[in-house]
Amino acid sequence: MKIAVCISAVPDTTSKINFVENNTVFDREGVQFVINPNDEFGLTRAVWFKEKNQAEITVINVGLSDTEAILRKAIAIGADHAVRINANPTDSAYVAGQLGSYLKQHNFDLIITGKESIDFNGGMVHGMLAEMLNIEVVHACTSLEIENNKAEIAREIDGGTEHLSCDLPLIISGQKGLVEESDLKIPNMRGIMTARKKVIEVIEAEDIDCKTADTAFEKPSKKAEVELIDAENLDELIQKLHKEAKVI
Amino acid sequence: MGILIVLESEKGQLKSNSGELLSYGKALGNFMATDVFALSINCSAQSSVEKYGVSKAIEVHSEHLQSFNAKNYADCVAEVSRKLNCDIIVVSSSTNAKYMSGILAQKLQASYTNNIVDLPIEKSPFTVKRSVYSNKAFAHTELNAAVKILGLTKNSFGQTLEQTETKTESLEVTTSSSSALEIKGQDTLEGQVSIADADVVVSGGRGLKGPENWNMIEDLAEVLGAATACSKPVSDMGWRPHSEHVGQTGKPVASNLYIAIGISGAIQHLAGVSSSKVKVVINTDAEAPFVKAADYAVIGDAFEVVPQLIEKLKAFKIQNG
Repeated sequence: MKIAVCISAVPDTTSKINFVENNTVFDREGVQFVINPNDEFGLTRAVWFKEKNQAEITVINVGLSDTEAILRKAIAIGADHAVRINANPTDSAYVAGQLGSYLKQHNFDLIITGKESIDFNGGMVHGMLAEMLNIEVVHACTSLEIENNKAEIAREIDGGTEHLSCDLPLIISGQKGLVEESDLKIPNMRGIMTARKKVIEVIEAEDIDCKTADTAFEKPSKKAEVELIDAENLDELIQKLHKEAKVI
Repeated sequence: MGILIVLESEKGQLKSNSGELLSYGKALGNFMATDVFALSINCSAQSSVEKYGVSKAIEVHSEHLQSFNAKNYADCVAEVSRKLNCDIIVVSSSTNAKYMSGILAQKLQASYTNNIVDLPIEKSPFTVKRSVYSNKAFAHTELNAAVKILGLTKNSFGQTLEQTETKTESLEVTTSSSSALEIKGQDTLEGQVSIADADVVVSGGRGLKGPENWNMIEDLAEVLGAATACSKPVSDMGWRPHSEHVGQTGKPVASNLYIAIGISGAIQHLAGVSSSKVKVVINTDAEAPFVKAADYAVIGDAFEVVPQLIEKLKAFKIQNG
């Protein structure tokens, strides 16, 4: 089984988000970039397939040279090949176009992305790829088992879970549940050495138009001070929620 | 020119987010000075559509669209939008809407932006405000393709009732049922409110000390008609299922009222719940980050405060019908 895992580099979840150049550019100062958490759950699931079913894993990232650290981490975790499409990932349509053009030329049985990246939260690249490659896609997966070329999948729906099955090839977007938080791998020394020596294949980007452009950013406005309510006077809380906030 | 609002339904009933989608679509129609259509699939929507001022309802009835299939639904929406010559498509931020809209965007070569929180900032260049960095910031985003898909964040715009006379038209679509994806079944929370649909969410953290103490969270949720949720450590420790984990890597919460009990408020958690309108914190630690981020805070022991609150809310409910 040939698996492609598409990963993006995002600010670590604990990062403070700031902007520079008159609020038009994300401030990378002091920010650590990591594999997008939703992508990492998928990558770890792929490594389990490798351990159990001899799958071969290729990780792909659309990014400039500064994102190679996440590709090396992916190798250290267990990916076999790493590909970087040399471009600034400006919007989802652009990223999907770059990935699609690579994926079209290689026949993968399973393509994994994250449900969404935690920076731009678009969650649309996998849907775009499905349409481009004419392959079925399942969004927001919480479980994936594959046997004899057939996938059994669980996906999140609002208020529950839906169970599906589908023959490969297939695209899924993953999240926690594919594997647990505690299953995420910390690279061992052997993995780190392998990753250090591995040659990352760099591919030049295609000429693709963006369909959206972020022209400015703003931070949420400061909210009003918290109102402290005495634990002995919960009636006050109920009255405030009823009359002031009008939520009960 | 025209705006197509894509309504969602379940078992022939419109979903609860429809009022907000219709209100947004109507206001967007005024802003853009163009026609507005409300599309429902295998569901009659007229009585809801006319309450929110949208005068054109489009119904598609097809046995091929009985259960949700993202590709088939995208085909249907694409076909309807072309027939009606709509260049703006308004969708919700539900899991299914997000599933469908990436496919739809590629199909129509459209600019698609979701997590939108308000009417467009500008008509030309068409610019919207959307939340990014998991609610830690907003971006002003230009959509420059001819067709634009706008995904609205729940509870960002609200509902505006405006009675009108609505004309309903049925449209035929050519959508087939072909799909390699086979639905085996669904597990849904019968009789319980989902986090996505809930007006009120009651959430517990490590401060509750163990899963055996969750009955008071459930009791409080029951009094309020709320969904229950939890913090990341709680789901990681297996006290509660992952489906209840809210925060940056869990589910986002955009309820009217969010009550956090024994949750200190890690930055990832605060980001995930920041779209909630009113936040109440019950915590022993007055210095917990969530206290500063809340609207109302009760500093005290959850094991004393919550049972009292449940009793007082029950009394309040009886008084206020």
